[in-house]
Amino acid sequence: MANQSRRDFLKTAALAGAAVTGLSSKVKAGPKNILSENRMGALIDTTVCIGCRKCEWACKTAHAMETQSIETYDDRSVFKNSRRPTDKALTVVNEYPNDISENFPIDVKVQCMHCDHPACVSACIVGAFSKQENGSVVWDGDKCIGCRYCMVACPFQIPAFEFDKALKPDIKKCDFCNERTTKGKLPACTEICPVEAITYGTREDLVKAAHQKIKLYPNRYIDRVLGEYEVGGTSWMYLSSKEFEKLDFPKLGKDPAPGVSETIQHGIFAYFVPPVALYALLGGVMWINKNKKKHDSGAEGE
Amino acid sequence: MDKFKPVPMKKKFFTPTVIVLSGLALNGLVFLLARFIWGIGAVTNLDNQHPWGIWIGLDVAAGVALAAGGFTTAAIGHIMHKDQYHSIIRPALLTALLGYTFVASSVMIDLGRYYYIWHPLIMWNGSSVLFEVGICVMIYLTVLYIEFLPVVTERFIGRVNLPGFVKRFNNPVDKILRILDRGLDKTMFIFIIAGVVLSCLHQSSLGTLMVIAGPKMHPLWQTPILPLLFLISAISVGLPMVIFESLITSRSFGLKPEMDILSDLGSMIGPLLGIYLAFKIGDVMIRKTFVYLMEFNTASIMFTIELLFGVIIPLRMFLSRQVLKSPVGLLIASFLVIFGVFINRMNNFLIAYTPPYEVHSYFPSVGEISVTVGFIALEILLFRLMVMIFPIVSVQQVSKPRTKYFVRGSAK
Repeated sequence: MANQSRRDFLKTAALAGAAVTGLSSKVKAGPKNILSENRMGALIDTTVCIGCRKCEWACKTAHAMETQSIETYDDRSVFKNSRRPTDKALTVVNEYPNDISENFPIDVKVQCMHCDHPACVSACIVGAFSKQENGSVVWDGDKCIGCRYCMVACPFQIPAFEFDKALKPDIKKCDFCNERTTKGKLPACTEICPVEAITYGTREDLVKAAHQKIKLYPNRYIDRVLGEYEVGGTSWMYLSSKEFEKLDFPKLGKDPAPGVSETIQHGIFAYFVPPVALYALLGGVMWINKNKKKHDSGAEGE
Repeated sequence: MDKFKPVPMKKKFFTPTVIVLSGLALNGLVFLLARFIWGIGAVTNLDNQHPWGIWIGLDVAAGVALAAGGFTTAAIGHIMHKDQYHSIIRPALLTALLGYTFVASSVMIDLGRYYYIWHPLIMWNGSSVLFEVGICVMIYLTVLYIEFLPVVTERFIGRVNLPGFVKRFNNPVDKILRILDRGLDKTMFIFIIAGVVLSCLHQSSLGTLMVIAGPKMHPLWQTPILPLLFLISAISVGLPMVIFESLITSRSFGLKPEMDILSDLGSMIGPLLGIYLAFKIGDVMIRKTFVYLMEFNTASIMFTIELLFGVIIPLRMFLSRQVLKSPVGLLIASFLVIFGVFINRMNNFLIAYTPPYEVHSYFPSVGEISVTVGFIALEILLFRLMVMIFPIVSVQQVSKPRTKYFVRGSAK
């Protein structure tokens, strides 16, 4: 670098700068996050659910996952432990005691909430997750590299990973039966539910319906629709007779989960200005110091 | 000026320590093999509650931070043009090079579908912090290899000696090396500046990584200024790492430690740690998270250890002239900063991470620890091997110098 001329320096620096700014125009490509006004949702009325677990069976069948016969799901002893969706079961039902009438325990079906501003979509390194027009948040197995950052990001702790697979492990989570609904069918769990605890419809209608129910039966429900505002709103929503926190729902704010992270990220990379500015600044400092050194050493030469 | 000159170290490779390290490396490789045959679940304690373990929390997060010596010395030596520090740039560069190589390897073994590691190159997600970290690390690793090329050309120009029938390529290879050398000489500044910019970007973004975990992360650590804290702590740990490694290398190869340079470097660390401490305390005060320090649990204990032993004590030590002048003092103070950053990254990625439906807490398995320890052992072994092959460590010149660059300089 000793015999570097000033013109060379400027020329190469300009080239490098151009290369970086050229990149910035391409960086708009990202995963889909469509928030259609007509996006669908599901409303679960936990006061209606009887904990028959038929939805667990239907879900596995619809997703071609291994399952035992439907009769085995009548076994209520599984309720002794609180369960979570895993890579082998995309939805599970948990049971909680009812303080008002002991004979009617509260059953809560758990699955992906299909957020309106999903953390997984924002976090995924390759954009394998996307929010579809019909409201479902789906995972693209052709992109996924198995980094599991979606699991770190998800506020509801939903995505599960096939840890026991050495090759092609999948991320497993409820996909809102995207394949069935695009063919005009109901989600498998909604279809099989014998007591119609799950209502499928546009999210807008469901919010209205939920508030209508609360208004009509103020003694039956607490005045809150879980999922209406949590982390910016979710496609799946719940009605309950008991505080949601006592039913193991996480305590979450109203801001979308990826909000702060995306603000920081886009601040650091605002049209690549900060990195390019830093590059230019350091280049300037380097050039000044180099010339100063040359000047100091003076007649002695390099 | 040319009192110190980098030369390949001459000593036998195998010592008792080297043999122990080789054993550890081998042990790690065995568990690594098991991971590839039976999957991540078979070797690690990871599950759906704890998607990331020490392979990410320590190998990657702490590994990147501890390899920061590469860009901090490049900034001081090349960009600030402080020529007196040139003798420490090469060892720091090698540490960074090996460090980042192992970071990339750790990411790869932790990926469920490691054979798709190239996907982020063509499948972009601008809002993903991990995407930014991944791309920056990939480019920076390439930049590090380019920055190292002049060491390779210096070692082999005029000394290309291929064995057997490939002997006839001796001249062409030499010519290529010379062209490469000349080209690099003219363009190296682009890579040096790029290296510093890329480092600043991904060191900070590594902090942003856990922001999206939101309430799953303990409030003592979860703060929007995480990227700033990560950047300052990375810059602060760069020089202690260089000092620590320089002192160990000197001892290992029976050289006199370059105390005047190391003391000078040491005096820069105090202020950096001071800035970091100010931000850290400010953060705790403004977000009023000090209430969590009144509780007595893992989080509060780890936070206290991190801040007391990793920041406050070494800060006091680096401000003392006595410590700066003594090799042992410098060694201990530097080690404490390294320890502090190590614990900090572990706290951020593992201790602070408490998912809402946690049945049991995470502790690394024997396999995970073996692989991590094996990687570190392998890294040390490779460092030793590299300084014996390439001119990296500077020694005081007594005999007549022979390197080609010396012809230009004044004979002293």
